[in-house]
Amino acid sequence: MEKELKLMKGNEAIAEAAIRAGVDGYFGYPITPQSEIIEYLMEANPEKTTGMVVLQAESEVAAINMVYGGAACGKKVMTSSSSPGISLKQEGITYIAGAELPCLIVNVVRGGPGLGTIQPAQSDYFQAVKGGGHGDYHLIVLAPSSVQEMADFVELAFDLAFKYRNPAMILSDGAIGQMMEKVELKPAKKRNEVLPEWATTGKPETRKRNIITSLDLDPEAQERFNLKLVAKYREIQEKEVRFEEFDTKDAEYIFVAYGTSARICQKAVQLARKEGIKVGLLRPITLFPFPKKRLNELASQVKGMLAVELSAGQMVEDVMLSANGKTRVEHYGRMGGMIFTPEEVVENLKKFIKGE
Amino acid sequence: MAEITQKDIIKPENLVYRKSKVMTDNVMHYCPGCGHSTAHRTLAEVIEEEGLQSKTVGVTPVGCSVLMYNYIDVDFQEAAHGRAPALATAIKRLLPDRFVFTYQGDGDLAAIGTAETIHTCNRGENILILFVNNGIYGMTGGQMAPTTLVGMKSSTSPFGRDAKTMGSPIKMADIVALLPGTCYVTRQSVNTAAGVRKLKRAIKKAVDYQKKELGTCFIEVVSNCPSNWKMTPVESNKWMEEHMFPMYPLGDIKVPAEE
Repeated sequence: MEKELKLMKGNEAIAEAAIRAGVDGYFGYPITPQSEIIEYLMEANPEKTTGMVVLQAESEVAAINMVYGGAACGKKVMTSSSSPGISLKQEGITYIAGAELPCLIVNVVRGGPGLGTIQPAQSDYFQAVKGGGHGDYHLIVLAPSSVQEMADFVELAFDLAFKYRNPAMILSDGAIGQMMEKVELKPAKKRNEVLPEWATTGKPETRKRNIITSLDLDPEAQERFNLKLVAKYREIQEKEVRFEEFDTKDAEYIFVAYGTSARICQKAVQLARKEGIKVGLLRPITLFPFPKKRLNELASQVKGMLAVELSAGQMVEDVMLSANGKTRVEHYGRMGGMIFTPEEVVENLKKFIKGE
Repeated sequence: MAEITQKDIIKPENLVYRKSKVMTDNVMHYCPGCGHSTAHRTLAEVIEEEGLQSKTVGVTPVGCSVLMYNYIDVDFQEAAHGRAPALATAIKRLLPDRFVFTYQGDGDLAAIGTAETIHTCNRGENILILFVNNGIYGMTGGQMAPTTLVGMKSSTSPFGRDAKTMGSPIKMADIVALLPGTCYVTRQSVNTAAGVRKLKRAIKKAVDYQKKELGTCFIEVVSNCPSNWKMTPVESNKWMEEHMFPMYPLGDIKVPAEE
């Protein structure tokens, strides 16, 4: 079959991929820089073709709770937003994690704190990978670095979310959301007709009623549930780590960067190598689970690791935990919607090497 | 005359009432005299009589009725505080042939969930919202609710609700009746047998309207809270009639055009 190639914005690619992945429902609220997702879906009107529901909610809070309602019916449902909106969704996200519901949440990150800026940033890393809302929980977090991955990760996120009954997040940023690239689209899948046995779909006589809740007033039972979640996250950490390496084989130094930063670092690796600096790049694709094991191995090989992020230094903490004292780990970043150039990254690598 | 035993009385011809098959055997946690148990039972009876058990998805709130799913034998989702109508919106959109309802108290529906209530009604989602209004936060121990009457004492209005600083009781049924999305808005009570029968009729109508996709049905049940009102059940019902009903008068506020 001939490949279906299109030139699309990252946000549009997510929307189109959602229709093709057989998503049952999208619930969202406009916010820059990701409004193209809901605009594209409204324009495409998939309710007429695949039956996918697209609804503009009254708030991000309502949208994520619609996702809860739809996910609890066993349906493939998603929402998208950008940083301030994702903060509003945190209540719903922790309830979804507590009720063990699969769903997709897309965060096209912009600079913060507060209203911040509408320009790209990676300053929601902690919120995405460490929980975000209250209680002990994790999302499965995927970090695309191209428009192609924006499209591909929709289906991957749903597969993982349903496999583990756990909410998944695509942690993107304003740059990847807004930029246009060539993207190969997968053929459309039909929506699932068979719903999971745990779903609230109306109780037939053949089974007990299904109750979707995150409440347990018995502390011993709640702790047992917490331990079950811990075991689930451990399994995810063992089985679902994804990352990519560039020029790490002979590397004396390693950049660790994801998403937009990883693209810039790839160019920085080339520039630095022209100057004779043996540097490589490790790009985490899953931010939770984090590629701890591989980074720990590389930490024995290299003289230092530089975490390059569009933040004041968030992922660097996980890099440090992974290296566990085996090598020097430092952070270089820009904030507020500013993006470093490959040259700036190389310059800061040189400073890092000198120990400045 | 021979002594009459329990066995003599419990005969099919003497039975005028039975527990709905849609009720579970779990012992309810509600305080004696509380209206929630009667409201639950009435809803369960309608679900049974309309043959809806296999088609019902309910959404429970945060509040005294948070554990409602222990008592009515249908599929349930437990929502975050105030968000039940958002859950119900998605359930109904994705499973349009199911009977979908939310069951919410005054704090849940009229304070923290005001936006979800208004916008769900405004979109005219084909769901039933059952709103139990007893003018107080029950589960957290008797704090002031948005529907607390002016002058009424609670643990957070110990000198009585002062309208100047604490606002006035909010009449949610009247507010949602103004929205084109609602098709049926009514206020009922469960303090008398007649009231229970009227509520049951109202829920049956809501089932019918939901099938016909006429829009949102909103049934308010004006109720009591003997424990937090610090009254006996009998006193609380008397107080409710004398004070709550004048502020929240019973009866239909809006009926579908076809009726």
